[in-house]
Amino acid sequence: MLKIECPFCGNRNETEFSCGGEAHIARPLAENKITDLAFSEYLFMRDNPKGVFLERWCHTSGCRRWFNMARDTVSHEIIEIYAMGQKPKTAIGKKAFLSNWRRKSKAETASTPIKRTAK
Amino acid sequence: MAKTHLDRGTGGLTQKSKRYSIFSLARNAASYHQNWQQAWRHAEPKPAYDAVIIGGGGHGLATAYYLASVHGITNIALIEKGWLGGGNTGRNTTIIRSNYMWDESAGIYEHALKLWEGLSQDLNFNVMFSQRGVLTIIHSEHELKEMSRRVHAIRLNGIDSEILSPTEIKKMVPTINIDPNIRYPVMGGFIQKRGGTARHDAVAWGYARAADDLGVDIIQNCEVTGLRRTGKQITGIETTKGFIKTQKVGCVVAGHSSVLADMANIRLPIASRPLQALVSEPIKPILDTVIMSNAVHMYLSQSDKGEMVLGAGVDKYNSYAQSGSWPIPEHMIAAAVELFPFLSRLRMLRHWGGIVDTCPDASPIISKTDINGLYFNCGWGTGGFKSTPGSGHVFADLIANDRPNSIALPYSLKRFETGYLIDEHGAAGVAH
Repeated sequence: MLKIECPFCGNRNETEFSCGGEAHIARPLAENKITDLAFSEYLFMRDNPKGVFLERWCHTSGCRRWFNMARDTVSHEIIEIYAMGQKPKTAIGKKAFLSNWRRKSKAETASTPIKRTAK
Repeated sequence: MAKTHLDRGTGGLTQKSKRYSIFSLARNAASYHQNWQQAWRHAEPKPAYDAVIIGGGGHGLATAYYLASVHGITNIALIEKGWLGGGNTGRNTTIIRSNYMWDESAGIYEHALKLWEGLSQDLNFNVMFSQRGVLTIIHSEHELKEMSRRVHAIRLNGIDSEILSPTEIKKMVPTINIDPNIRYPVMGGFIQKRGGTARHDAVAWGYARAADDLGVDIIQNCEVTGLRRTGKQITGIETTKGFIKTQKVGCVVAGHSSVLADMANIRLPIASRPLQALVSEPIKPILDTVIMSNAVHMYLSQSDKGEMVLGAGVDKYNSYAQSGSWPIPEHMIAAAVELFPFLSRLRMLRHWGGIVDTCPDASPIISKTDINGLYFNCGWGTGGFKSTPGSGHVFADLIANDRPNSIALPYSLKRFETGYLIDEHGAAGVAH
């Protein structure tokens, strides 16, 4: 049983939480400009590392709020818990974030907001 | 349902002197069983092969066997990181069935079931395939309606499936509690009588022995550390026992598929999760069929040794630790004890987890990749054991001909691009 430190409620049992899978997957904003193959990277392809994994969790049976977690998938050690919209702060977490193939994927490149020119 | 000619291969053991039979048993009994021949050689890797299969579980061994016996490709190696059948092949609850709803699923799982029927003869090894029936029980009004739709769809594909009432279930399984006032009341069920169980180790050993007999080199304790390629063509694999040159590599490594895919810079939609099971102390025969419940995420059967074998659902987060999270079996046991009150008096002897490769649509991937000569067979998730012969059979066909046959075609990686998914979450998702 994992003991998870909810950033809002404190230390609780794993049974109160649900796991939302890989974190930091940005929806391609310019989806009409990318191929089906590139869109499938966003929709279906998942990082599945043996080691440090960045994932989203929700305190479903508690405050029902979401947060991010860096966790080792072999030892189950929770390395870091950080807020939604944030990036990991620990060295291990940062490395996992930057080394993820998704950072260079077409889907992610197409997720940067389109610059609109002022009228 | 896809129809292809079922080529069972050369079958048996080609070396007649090594065949197991009543006579070989008597002969060896006379010498106190001291002179049984080795079941397979301890091979060391040669510098080059026509094809290399990575993963020495049931699926990998079946692939190697059918490559040799059906396609006549015998200059092949099978590389295994640990020992044969030490992964999910040795960690599942050995349930075999083919009652899936979608045509594509019926195609592959029924293909496998047809191969199971007669596999012991094909391999000259008793895999203890026992068609004791697989009975799925239903606990709600909604599930009951969904079940009749499913059963009729299954029957339209020519696969046996029968609906049972609670009293008929009680007659078949006297130990079940059909009281309507329990948490998961038995409201009905359906059975596939051709389904059942097999002995998992025997499946791995039988395929290994038959493949070895045909000349396949089985190399254990050898980990793959890298995949080498020139441009778009695979040229070999790096292993802890050195470089092996080959133009064709088949990856059949279940939970570690993403790790291998990373070596080739290929993306898979796989999430590796633990699936747990446990067995009790052995007792006298009490259950002669397999019980499944999708609502509880439970499977229950009795092994030939008398142990009650219980399987639980899949964990909710990714993990490569072969253990699993406690609340999952706890939930399953609570429901199982209410359905089968006698279970409460049993002591559980062993509990374990296997790392299953779950796919977004709960269907497998049997596919070519963007790299020539690199093939993946993965994503079987919680339902791999039942499909062992079928999976190996069609994957061998894919590797030999470099194009999928009609059974394997829907399971290409392309389906995640086209959106033609084979959504089997209803069949199972968990109780696969």
